[in-house]
Amino acid sequence: MTSAQEAVQEFHPRVHAALENTQIRTNFRRAMDGLMGKRLAAFDGMDLEGLRDLGAAVRLRALSRLPELLEQLESNLQKQGIQVHWAETGDQACEIITKICKARDAKKIIKGKSMVSEEMELNHHLEEAGIEALESDLGEYIVQLAKETPSHIIMPAIHKNTDEISELMHEKTGTQRSKDVDYLTASARQQLREKFMQADVGVSGVNFAVAETGTLCLVENEGNGRLTTTAPACHIAVTGIEKVVEKLEDVTPLLSLLTRSATGQHITTYFNMISSPRKAGEKDGPEEVHLVLVDSGRSSIYQDEELLDTLRCIRCGACMNHCPVYTRVGGHAYGTTYPGPIGKILMPHLLGLEKTQDLPSASTLCGACGEVCPVKIPIPKLLQRLRKEAVDGDSLRPSVVQGHGIKRRKLEVLAWKGWSLIHARPGLYRLATSVLSRVRSLLPSKLGGWTRYRSAPKPAAKTLQQQLRERQKLAVAANKGGQA
Amino acid sequence: MNQARSNILKRLREGRKESFGVPVSDFSLVRDRNWNAAEKLDLFQQKIESVQGEVHRVAADRWVAELIRLLAEKKISNLLVSDRKKPALELREQWHEELPQLLSYQRPIEDWKSELFNQVDASLTTSRGAIAETGTLILWPDEDEPRLMSLVPPVHFVLLEADQIYSTFYQAMSEQGWASQGMPTNALLISGPSKTADIEQTLAYGVHGPAELIILVLE
Repeated sequence: MTSAQEAVQEFHPRVHAALENTQIRTNFRRAMDGLMGKRLAAFDGMDLEGLRDLGAAVRLRALSRLPELLEQLESNLQKQGIQVHWAETGDQACEIITKICKARDAKKIIKGKSMVSEEMELNHHLEEAGIEALESDLGEYIVQLAKETPSHIIMPAIHKNTDEISELMHEKTGTQRSKDVDYLTASARQQLREKFMQADVGVSGVNFAVAETGTLCLVENEGNGRLTTTAPACHIAVTGIEKVVEKLEDVTPLLSLLTRSATGQHITTYFNMISSPRKAGEKDGPEEVHLVLVDSGRSSIYQDEELLDTLRCIRCGACMNHCPVYTRVGGHAYGTTYPGPIGKILMPHLLGLEKTQDLPSASTLCGACGEVCPVKIPIPKLLQRLRKEAVDGDSLRPSVVQGHGIKRRKLEVLAWKGWSLIHARPGLYRLATSVLSRVRSLLPSKLGGWTRYRSAPKPAAKTLQQQLRERQKLAVAANKGGQA
Repeated sequence: MNQARSNILKRLREGRKESFGVPVSDFSLVRDRNWNAAEKLDLFQQKIESVQGEVHRVAADRWVAELIRLLAEKKISNLLVSDRKKPALELREQWHEELPQLLSYQRPIEDWKSELFNQVDASLTTSRGAIAETGTLILWPDEDEPRLMSLVPPVHFVLLEADQIYSTFYQAMSEQGWASQGMPTNALLISGPSKTADIEQTLAYGVHGPAELIILVLE
């Protein structure tokens, strides 16, 4: 079992630790408030609902033709000189990348931000193969220095404040302690400059892969993504199979929605569109470009009409920015690559419900995530669906969700069967409630998980029906008294 | 890994539901704007200045003089510029020895990587136009203006012709026929100098790319 999988199983203790950590809570509260405000301002004066409808339609159209578009993307990329690889699992994808690196005798890799590479723990695999992989996005660089994982999919180091980052950089890289963000940023630039020059291979993610033109699109602000995909002699892009879109024009609403939803920017500094390796006569850019298409559970999600909506995601992070649970516990408490609402509906497919059974329940179902999602993924509905899958009784019924039924408990099943029986029969209901009201002081005060944070429900001394009957009797008596 | 390919495609084909109701994609929201040329230029300038881009409007026959002034103001000692593009030839013609040294990107990057990364102060490139709505420059790097030219030097000057400003990204790509003519090795949208907010959401410019982006709008 990998460290990531172990982490998933210690959900409750981690949540408690996070809730007690005032620094973490302050850092997240401040950051999420800022991001929510910026998003709102970025959509000011725009037809947000219309744009969300368009975004959802574009993604849905792509998914409706997913196998054909993947083939079209592959054939266009190959024609243009980009090599395409397919991986059913994260491990397979890591092997493919390691093999490409070894064939080039590459020892040093520079990485642009890629959540898929986090998902498949690429750095760990490369390290084991004796290849150094250095993150170049400033947030990812900080997280890597701290030997941590990203706590947010857009802002990986959002859990740390300036002082903590200053201390970390001082300790690991020898920079001065400073509150000056410009100084810290300039120091990181200097440290990474050499690395960009020396890197044998650049590894990046992909935001949108356009089937029509065979184009890989990357969205970023820092320029590290452009350097990663331009300076080394070989570029390997890695992406989930769902990232493909049909036409070039399809990226226009998605780009607008992505940057506004993620960080409240009307556009990022760079939108980098790559369609081929260096051509004859061109003086820079990689001679070799690869695309690794990773399935890793995505094609299973695709089998289910309802869960399929999960694949529309464009990874903006707005759902976590607006989530009351995420804001309080932070990204690490989830223990999964993707935290927050999108993580809760995606990770059960990537890891199975056995290891993620608590995630779909870690929500108040307030609905904020669904309301802000730029491609209208009905996240609350999908959370409820996964909750049902977790207690699904029929292990013979085929389900695309691995580990369905994992949370089913005999006692709980019995309790709900009894509840349903009693509520369907009036006589039985009256009997049961009157018995309960008589033995009310004898009922247990501890009811497992329910009473961990709540007091046990106590039946009233008289049932509602008893009270009603008494009122009616009194009314009748009063009437009679009046007449006499 | 051909097995992986066929397995994935098979699962997708077999698992696909027939009930896919795909709504029509109405692009009017990201396409239609009614801005005239002056409004487009104003909006472009306002948007790119909001992210620290620097805009100088200049008469088409005066831009070299303006560039010389800016180079002096910013104490730039050398400038990387194309050997063959028309504006670059115009510039080279008007140059003289007392001005900052002009550099060329003649060799493949492998032959002068360290020099480019460590010794070049600034670069000048052309653009294929701009997008008003987002304050965005469109660059298609090529043999004469390679990809790293607009990325590695700390200061990037860009020439933009005022009549090449499109309202939206959608209009730019459709009017220039990107999808139909085929995409270049690398197409770029650039909206301001390189920046980050990864340290406690505090904005800092000039992280891995240029710290200054200076646009000369030729009117």
